[in-house]
Amino acid sequence: MSTSVLSRPEGSTRSYPAYSRPLWRRVLFTREFAVIALLVAVIFYSNNNVPNFDGPLTFYYLFLDIAPILLIALPMTLVIITGEIDLSVASVVGLSSVLVAQLHVEAGLSIPVAGLIAILVGAVCGAFNGFLVAYVGLPSLAVTIGTLALYRGIAVGLLGTKAVTDFPEKWTDLAKERIVEGHAYPMILIPFVVLAIAFVLLLHFSPFGRGVFEIGLNDEAAHFTGVNVQRTKFLLFVLAGAVSAFAGIYYTLRFGSARGDNATGLELQVIAAVLLGGVSIFGGRGAIHGVIAGVILIGVISSAMRLESYTVNKINIVIGTLLVLSVISTSFLGWAKDLWSRRGRGSGPSSSEKNGQHRQAVAADESTNER
Amino acid sequence: MSDTLLVEPSAVSPTKRIVGELLRSREIAVGTVLVLVIAFTTIKSPSFLFSDNGWRDLLLTPSLLLLLAVGQTAVIITRNVDLSVGSTLGLTAYFTGKLFVDHPGLPIIAVFVAGLLMGALLGLVNGVLVAFFRVPSLVITLGTLYIYRGIFLSWAGSSRINPSDLPHGFLDLGTKQILTIPVLTIIGLVALGLTGYYLYTARGGRELYAIGSDPDAAVLYGLPVTRRVIGAFVLCGALAGLAGVVYTARYGTVSSNAGYGMELQAVGAAVIGGVAIFGGSGTVWGAAIGAFLLVTINRALPVVGISDFWQRAVVGALIIAAVVLDRVLSARQERRLIAARDETREPSA
Repeated sequence: MSTSVLSRPEGSTRSYPAYSRPLWRRVLFTREFAVIALLVAVIFYSNNNVPNFDGPLTFYYLFLDIAPILLIALPMTLVIITGEIDLSVASVVGLSSVLVAQLHVEAGLSIPVAGLIAILVGAVCGAFNGFLVAYVGLPSLAVTIGTLALYRGIAVGLLGTKAVTDFPEKWTDLAKERIVEGHAYPMILIPFVVLAIAFVLLLHFSPFGRGVFEIGLNDEAAHFTGVNVQRTKFLLFVLAGAVSAFAGIYYTLRFGSARGDNATGLELQVIAAVLLGGVSIFGGRGAIHGVIAGVILIGVISSAMRLESYTVNKINIVIGTLLVLSVISTSFLGWAKDLWSRRGRGSGPSSSEKNGQHRQAVAADESTNER
Repeated sequence: MSDTLLVEPSAVSPTKRIVGELLRSREIAVGTVLVLVIAFTTIKSPSFLFSDNGWRDLLLTPSLLLLLAVGQTAVIITRNVDLSVGSTLGLTAYFTGKLFVDHPGLPIIAVFVAGLLMGALLGLVNGVLVAFFRVPSLVITLGTLYIYRGIFLSWAGSSRINPSDLPHGFLDLGTKQILTIPVLTIIGLVALGLTGYYLYTARGGRELYAIGSDPDAAVLYGLPVTRRVIGAFVLCGALAGLAGVVYTARYGTVSSNAGYGMELQAVGAAVIGGVAIFGGSGTVWGAAIGAFLLVTINRALPVVGISDFWQRAVVGALIIAAVVLDRVLSARQERRLIAARDETREPSA
């Protein structure tokens, strides 16, 4: 998002050569499937080598813990694909947590009503971001760093250092209940699956979703092909706000406590998971299934390492390294592929690959300059 | 006004030019807000400025954020961002304390140099990853944010640095004043002055601006983009390392939350000070005043009777106001330039 156009990784545009391969190769040889394969490998390894990993509680707590990240990652994927970013999501989680508590305890509203109002406020928070980014045209990084502080400040300002803990047991139990007694899947996965299907349909099977990708590739071109760039970006930020507020309600009920500083730093975890799942930070590339695999991968690695009694610090080192490697691998693979195809064709890019030619020429210039 | 817009600056009289530049300068605007905040708070409670402690804290508290904001500015100018500065600060702060624990006799200046080098090394890792692999700095430094903090915390374990581990000479730096100005603030101001001078006059500094304005053009023009970007990250890391040493000297203790969340404050200070997030414009002077403003507002709020729980909301509103203001001003300037162009064209057509 902040580096030059030149460094946009290869393969972010749809080209005819890319479509000359058969469907199964196009589906399987992708970033998304690399993440899924890694996920399967890690689960397989942990099942065999990590004691208690195959126990009934591991995946139950895993899903309980990563549910907020899973939820927020969905709209965040769309936002990042348009080339924007939303750093304020964790603050909206905190704000909605505080609002549910205040509305329920002070104003005496029932949990569903309080939750509904919190989601509305979350949508308004998102709309404020979206208005500034889409209609005023401000850089989203700067705007959402501002609203990160603003929304968190309102949350902390409303509740101070107090923690509200008296929620009805009916609701706090619901957040922790399993779908089928004895299985590992908690209740929160139902709304998540519904939302995930909705977002998959929205991003991959609707004109709106095609517009999202086009904006990420080139928003001026998208504008000229009839995509309503401003409205699209605005709606995505509203969605991000609303879903974050919903995640905030879940967060409150799951821990049975509402504090102003709930979920501090969650935004970076969400973004790390989304990027690990193969979404390009430049925009224009990414898919929901990869992102979901990315979130679960982080969760599985954390819980496997925790069972091996590593500290959370070591886990953070591993996740950070994975994130760095995942972005480096893209450009490293692109470079290797480039080299390989050049060698395969014998003498340089003389054939008619107009698409890559300019880029290669500039890259050649660069390497001579640096020497 | 519009007739002076399209003439070369040198054709306008020097006084007019200087006055115009001062009026439009972002540093003056933010500085004025800072002075107003201090003045208003002092009227409410004179000890905010006039007591010995008040004066010292006013200068001392921002010194940490000042160092981070100056380094961050050098990186943002090249159209990158460094999110790992908070973790770098924590790691070097612990490193500093550890040095004193392991080598009690070490001279203080050597510790400062070690902290600076440690930070520079961490910055070099960021810079090499970003510049050589041509990947977005946001992702890389988000990764190293986790990595550096993870290294810091697993190295520290459950132990922490206490004031009793540190030599008196070092702890005294935290309170010592020269001509009523705290030593740590002087360190921050010297770093600010050197970086500002480099960015304003040196060839390397100007090239950072060129890279940030248009990275593609900078490559085609033959600027050593890779080297300069790495340099900016090393500078940012070194200043964050220095901030880590300053942190240890100021607080005497290093616990697990040292520098936590400081990265966003540093970016916020730079943005308030008029550094464009997409690179190519802004000065370290502005970022420094932004850092002073952020910290001073935080300290002023409780004094004027607003619960300090609201301080983050005020800071957020301030950042948004700064970005919106930038946008409004640049849109107005653009309209004026277009109007001026049309005016000059019409007679000849």
